[in-house]
Amino acid sequence: MTSAAARGLVSCSECALVSRPAAANAPGYCPRCGQKLEFRRENAIERTWALLVAATVLYVPANLLPVLATTTVVSSADDTIMSGVIYLFASGSWPLALIVFIASIVIPIGKIVALGYVLITVQRNAQANDRQRTRLYRIVEFIGRWSMLDVFVDTYIVALVQLSPLMSVEPGPGVPYFMAVVVLTMFAAMSFDSRLIWDRSGVNHGR
Amino acid sequence: MHEHSRVACHGCDLLQRIPLLEPGGKARCGRCGEVLAVHPVHPLDTPLALCIAAAILVVIANACPLMSLSAAGRTSTTTLAGGAYEMWIRGSEVTAVVVAFCAVVAPILYVTAMLVVMIAIQRPPAPAWMGDFMRLADRLRPWSMNEVLLLGILVALTKIAQLADVIPGPALFAVAALVLLLPWIASTFDAGVVWSRIAWSAGSDR
Repeated sequence: MTSAAARGLVSCSECALVSRPAAANAPGYCPRCGQKLEFRRENAIERTWALLVAATVLYVPANLLPVLATTTVVSSADDTIMSGVIYLFASGSWPLALIVFIASIVIPIGKIVALGYVLITVQRNAQANDRQRTRLYRIVEFIGRWSMLDVFVDTYIVALVQLSPLMSVEPGPGVPYFMAVVVLTMFAAMSFDSRLIWDRSGVNHGR
Repeated sequence: MHEHSRVACHGCDLLQRIPLLEPGGKARCGRCGEVLAVHPVHPLDTPLALCIAAAILVVIANACPLMSLSAAGRTSTTTLAGGAYEMWIRGSEVTAVVVAFCAVVAPILYVTAMLVVMIAIQRPPAPAWMGDFMRLADRLRPWSMNEVLLLGILVALTKIAQLADVIPGPALFAVAALVLLLPWIASTFDAGVVWSRIAWSAGSDR
């Protein structure tokens, strides 16, 4: 069981060609596709942490600020993400309420916790559950985009419900924050490198 | 054996050789389970046909009305891009830009790049700069959010349907068809075959 890096080989992140790098500290470019070669993604742990912390901070205004402001002839109301879920549930469409709840609340928190767990175990040279941690990271990478659901819901409600003076809907200040959480956690997942899980556990001998 | 018959797993960097795969077969990393190689039955024809279909659907999705709403004798209609435009003029510019990218720009560029590559590799060797289209398609794939978009529109429709009559437009059906078509392209497509038909950027084999 040896890794490419342990043999002094580098695999192209784009076209997957395994080649001998120009030098160990400056691998150069892939001879087939011209991609810049890297043994491991550059500063993967630091970058992932930075994006993750930023996303966690923005998660607070994303949930406290309203995402939709509805104005009718007789009333006006502000909705946050959570009150939108409750409204859906109360109006009888509980399967949709559940989907929005999972996409907007469960997935962002789950991503932040899961990436934080993987980062901490890598930094502490954890030796166990390599396969499970790799799978967890892959799930985070795959599922992250679904959090954009609420942004699309809000966008197309705003685009369609423009029947003033009868009724109109405006986007609230929470939307950009929530979207930033989704985009930042997606970038956080992309900047991590699951090969680090295997390097640190001592199975990828040498470097 | 050439260097490029060996692969290093993208998930864990384990160096291994791919066994000969049956048509339709798939090889996974013995250590971490990541998919290492696929062997589609028709790696050139099927993705090309599906990409042509996807290109037509992308045009319909962006050119036709997405849905319209009528209440008390008033109607309003929107398109895919109209959603982003409405967010922009109502003061949520950042959201507008990201929605426009994920719902309109990324799917259009992704399908175009895939179509160009699939056409170019029919007669190898395709020029080395075709690799840039592969790179573009790869970068855009996570941001091309057709399936999330479709579910988002359906949730929006359900919320609005309690207030007014909603009439789905042709673009909605095109988006739904793309949701099925794009993963289908991905599953019939073999990046290894594509790269083997593109000329090397550094000239000769090492």
